[in-house]
Amino acid sequence: MGKTIKISKGLDIKLKGTANEELVNAEFSKTYAIKPTDFEGLTPKILIKPGAEVKSGTILFFDKYNPKIQFSSPVSGKITSIDRGELRKVLQITIEADNETKYEEFKKFDLKSLKREEVIEQLLNSGTWPFIRQRPYAIIANPETTPKSIFISGFDNAPLAPNYDFIIKNDLKNFQNGITVLSKLTDGKIYLNINNQTESTYSSITGVEKNIFIGKHPSSTIGTQINHISPINKGEFVWYVNPQDVIIVGKLFSEGKFDASKIIAITGSQIEKPKYLKTVIGAELKSLLNSNNVKSNSRYISGNVLTGTKINKTSHIGFYHSQITIIPEGNYYEFIGWAMPRLNKYSASKTFFSWLTPNKEYILDTNTNGGQRAFVMSEEYNKVVPINILPVELLKACIAEDIDKMEQLGIYEVAEEDLALCEFICTSKIDVQEIIRKGINLMIKELG
Amino acid sequence: MKALRNILDKIKPDFEKGGKFEKFHSTFDAFETFLFVSNHVTKKGAHIKDVIDLKRTMSVVVLAVMPALLFGMWNVGYQHNLSIGNLENTLFSNFFYGLLKVLPIIIVSYVVGLGIEFIFAQARGHEVNEGYLVSGMLIPLIVPIDTPLWMIALAVAFAVIIGKEVFGGTGMNIWNPALIARAFLFFAYPSDMSGDKIWVEGLSNLDKIADGFSGATPLAVMAAEGGNTVTNFSQGIGNWSVMDFLIGNYPGSIGETSFIAIMIGAVILLATRIASWKIMFSVFAGGFGMGLLFNLLAPETNIYMQMPAYYHLIIGGFAFGAVFMATDPVSAAQTSNGKYIYGFLIGVIAVLIRVINPAYPEGMMLSILLMNTFTPLIDFYVVQGNIKKRLKRAKVTA
Repeated sequence: MGKTIKISKGLDIKLKGTANEELVNAEFSKTYAIKPTDFEGLTPKILIKPGAEVKSGTILFFDKYNPKIQFSSPVSGKITSIDRGELRKVLQITIEADNETKYEEFKKFDLKSLKREEVIEQLLNSGTWPFIRQRPYAIIANPETTPKSIFISGFDNAPLAPNYDFIIKNDLKNFQNGITVLSKLTDGKIYLNINNQTESTYSSITGVEKNIFIGKHPSSTIGTQINHISPINKGEFVWYVNPQDVIIVGKLFSEGKFDASKIIAITGSQIEKPKYLKTVIGAELKSLLNSNNVKSNSRYISGNVLTGTKINKTSHIGFYHSQITIIPEGNYYEFIGWAMPRLNKYSASKTFFSWLTPNKEYILDTNTNGGQRAFVMSEEYNKVVPINILPVELLKACIAEDIDKMEQLGIYEVAEEDLALCEFICTSKIDVQEIIRKGINLMIKELG
Repeated sequence: MKALRNILDKIKPDFEKGGKFEKFHSTFDAFETFLFVSNHVTKKGAHIKDVIDLKRTMSVVVLAVMPALLFGMWNVGYQHNLSIGNLENTLFSNFFYGLLKVLPIIIVSYVVGLGIEFIFAQARGHEVNEGYLVSGMLIPLIVPIDTPLWMIALAVAFAVIIGKEVFGGTGMNIWNPALIARAFLFFAYPSDMSGDKIWVEGLSNLDKIADGFSGATPLAVMAAEGGNTVTNFSQGIGNWSVMDFLIGNYPGSIGETSFIAIMIGAVILLATRIASWKIMFSVFAGGFGMGLLFNLLAPETNIYMQMPAYYHLIIGGFAFGAVFMATDPVSAAQTSNGKYIYGFLIGVIAVLIRVINPAYPEGMMLSILLMNTFTPLIDFYVVQGNIKKRLKRAKVTA
């Protein structure tokens, strides 16, 4: 048994619209989409043409700079379009789904005698390798490297995040299978990090070291967990997988098919009945929303409010996301708002009064609440960063493109999600996540 | 408010690119965002944002300065009436007298300072920063009441341009802009900035001073002849008791005298977490510690060194500097441990200058500016500490 780790820094933003623990099947989604933009830094090379028939598990495209990494269709059907943006950048590949999903046949294995090479080969061939990501950099793992350990964050405490206790208990068998498969990939341990709520859910899972994290967000982010258990030094790699994706990997090896089913929490103050829906990766947002009233003037987010991607009503769910959040847009003027008491708004600072009502759930909108400024308030970020780094100094090194300093200050240990709260609380409204991502991409470009 | 919004929406296109008042875009934007929080929504990264912004932050600081300002206004009137021997005045008449004298200084400070900020913002194509809202209020509080308005205008211009804008504006400056203004006055017009007559309104031009009134500040009394006029510190200094120092009814810069009023501001700043308690605490600790050290080392003949250590904290500009100047988040140390070092040294050096250097009765301004200069160095070593920890970890595992 592992450790119990207390995280004292952080912030839980309490929003209205937590999903009720009620699981229903999503309506039939006519189309599905895979968006290369969901994968950081990817340049896709497309293998199929519109009109082609594909099965679930058929390869659609691969990574131009690492051709072994391939991406497959989550359903069977016909390719209807390949949308391109500026400079012919591929934005999304849309598949019109069959009524009955047909699967590509992959090898079934006796999991006990599985070898590392077999695991890697099957994951690459089935296009499920992208479920495995690496730190540093928070990108798809490089199959040529060997990680010192694999991390699975078994819970999520981002705003309105789904309860993995409720999701994972539906298929513990394949979760265990997935763990067994992943354990072949590393000589080190698999860390399954849990909180008090999910402790009993995962009690039957073996072959992992379980650590209990107690504390506020971002204690559920991979960067925080790695930093507290086994910090990354230069030249080391840690791989990580989402809990639901572990199940998909488990099924791939025990049943021989790529079953991209997933449970998605649909949350937020703009929706009438927040709940859980059983669907498939890449499904249309529409298929999740029918029979549920959404207020007008809404922001649709695939993911959570801190790190998610803005989508529109006709878009599809992102590849890694287990959550849809719908909140009001903040496109309105507020008369001398900065001087007002604003009792219905939330601030992590003590300059408003929301600290008097710590358990109130708020309806927050997308207004920026002020213009962008230079860094002014020092040490503001430290209270929400439970990693031993100096956030402002690291950000300044990223802005200055000073690679040595970035490395020295711990760029390997962070990604956007670990610092997303800084962006929320920032008085100067600085785009923290964008700066960190640019810094990381610079590291990748310069150091490979 | 809808009517106001409609007017703004109507004239807004004139200030956009291509409009006839394009040159005043930043100015319009500043006033518009002052009146209405804009309707901008998040585009990338976090979709929701905390409601705090720099306007809120700065207005809290301005609010925290208010007790010192209001008391300062009363004290201007009170000291003036004392100097002419007019003892029959009310709380209100003293305050009103001071209000009329102080208000022009505040207006000059804001008009000149914000004017320059607007020009720079427009030239850079930036939004106007809120930083000057605080500096513009602090400058009037740290000058002697008889400072001519043209001098204030000049000092403000110097502080905003040389102290701030050349570095890139709010957030980029090395020194505290308000103290730059004060230092400019101090070194450019020394004869108008020192002596015993400048601290009380109208004293320099007064034909007949009331009996027993000098106009000297307590620190000047101490500095003159090494404080030899003081016989028993438990009775205070000169005509003033310890209670007078706490209340603040003695001559000095406009807002610096009342320890109690400043402490009300300190409570506001600390309760809202706008100012760093680490800095505030360590400035007081440094000043007190240095005072104690002097007490220990004091030879019999040196009266000033024998002054009780806590006197340093409640007399003159020490408290004002500790609460409002040293805690400026931009020019202070940025790192947690750096803040303790920075604050402590400010306290130490301020008392050192007061006691040892006979030319400067007050040491707070110079001490803060000096430590502002050294913050990059302090932060450098603290950051190196973090880097070394990481390197050490890498070596242990390798």
